[in-house]
Amino acid sequence: MSNVPSDLKYTKSHEWVRDNGDGTVTVGITDHAQELLGDLVHVDLPEVGTEFGAEDGCAVAESVKAASDIYAPVPGVILESNEAVQDSPELINSDPYGDGWLFVMRVDDEDALGELMDADAYKAECDE
Amino acid sequence: MQRTALYAKHLESGAKMVDFAGWEMPIHYGSQLQEHHQVRNDAGMFDVSHMVILDLVGAQSKAFLQYLLANNVDKLKDSGKALYSCMLTPEGTVIDDLIVYFITDTQWRIVVNAGTRDKDIAWMQKQIANFDATLTERDDLSMIAAQGPNARAKVLGIMPADEVAIVEPLKTFYGAFVNDWFIARTGYTGEDGFEMMFPNAQAHKVWDALLAAGIKPIGLGARDTLRLEAGMNLYGTDMDETTSPLVSGLGWTIGWQPEDRNFIGRSALEAQKAAGVPQKFVGLVLEGKGVLRSHMKVVCNGGDGETTSGTFSPTLGVAIALARVPASCTDTCEVDIRGKLHPAKVVKPVFARNGKSVLN
Repeated sequence: MSNVPSDLKYTKSHEWVRDNGDGTVTVGITDHAQELLGDLVHVDLPEVGTEFGAEDGCAVAESVKAASDIYAPVPGVILESNEAVQDSPELINSDPYGDGWLFVMRVDDEDALGELMDADAYKAECDE
Repeated sequence: MQRTALYAKHLESGAKMVDFAGWEMPIHYGSQLQEHHQVRNDAGMFDVSHMVILDLVGAQSKAFLQYLLANNVDKLKDSGKALYSCMLTPEGTVIDDLIVYFITDTQWRIVVNAGTRDKDIAWMQKQIANFDATLTERDDLSMIAAQGPNARAKVLGIMPADEVAIVEPLKTFYGAFVNDWFIARTGYTGEDGFEMMFPNAQAHKVWDALLAAGIKPIGLGARDTLRLEAGMNLYGTDMDETTSPLVSGLGWTIGWQPEDRNFIGRSALEAQKAAGVPQKFVGLVLEGKGVLRSHMKVVCNGGDGETTSGTFSPTLGVAIALARVPASCTDTCEVDIRGKLHPAKVVKPVFARNGKSVLN
């Protein structure tokens, strides 16, 4: 089974969400997702300042074989995009929860965080 | 789902298996990128046993092929020489692409795609009815392609001396029988190597021997990026029964001479040529970042075209594609990637051969 850290929240569309405790979250794609996609070769990240609703498509991860949409896990505004993964998309494969993070959002609706899955629920989702 | 004789070996090598034309085949063994580089830089092997091997024998087998194929097998003078050809509909569109090996005037071996097996065999059996010739499917044989700059040396290194004496002198695009094996210096990656056909019962032993010789297993994922870099067409995406070879970059495979050879599709192709072919087949290299995929819109001078296959090129580090564009298209264009136009260079449809970029 791929790595599913217990301190993160998850979406059905395989994003992980780290609550930074200051009204912002950091978002990436899960180990399971990077494994499914295979070698990543390109990422389109959202522009800083753009506003998204929950489940809006906001980024695209492209592996050698396929392109995959990435969705905003909660409503909010993009505060920062990870330029390092734009230059080295393979960071998502090698360190999906660390250097391979994708963007930071300001959370407009704190309640939306409560609707995300915990690690156990996500594991169960992946096993289905 | 069907499995090749090497199914268990793929699992042993850690393959991720996928459905490929009804066959359970390895897409990669961990990393498609590493496997791609392995073939460009050293040697890798592909299980291509799902492909269809056909033996053609009979007094009129040559006359049959001259009628069936757009390329002219009369070009084959030496035993073992291979020819790439399309098999066309009467309308001049592509039923399949294939390789035919000339053994003698009455004995030939043909390899066609796995995904088109049923329609190919049905079409060939229908056409052969008027000829004194017989077509037999060889599903008792497995096929492994060993490809890469070191592939030949590594394969020859594990062969007995008497077999090396037959196989080593083979020129590019030639094959030879070695006991119950057929070994050909052909492939689908733009690298040197061998395609080897042998009895299914020997498949595990052969796989293990090649593995021990340092030839690593390569999945169908890397096979696609390698063939695309080499500018080799893939049936079903770069050409199919809706397109003619003249708009699929396959004009070079049509044997126009002699003019009195009446092959299936000839009159349709001649009519297209006389009317002027409105499209051409080119290569595209994306100028910026992003990945090209099949069936993206291409905006050119003089109208729109379409990518037929696209990928990220591991050798070049940029996105590349094969595309069908208006004949008037010049040296630049734009490709619509998810609603945004991205500039691309128009190049000859070949990107890398023998480990190197062939772009200027």
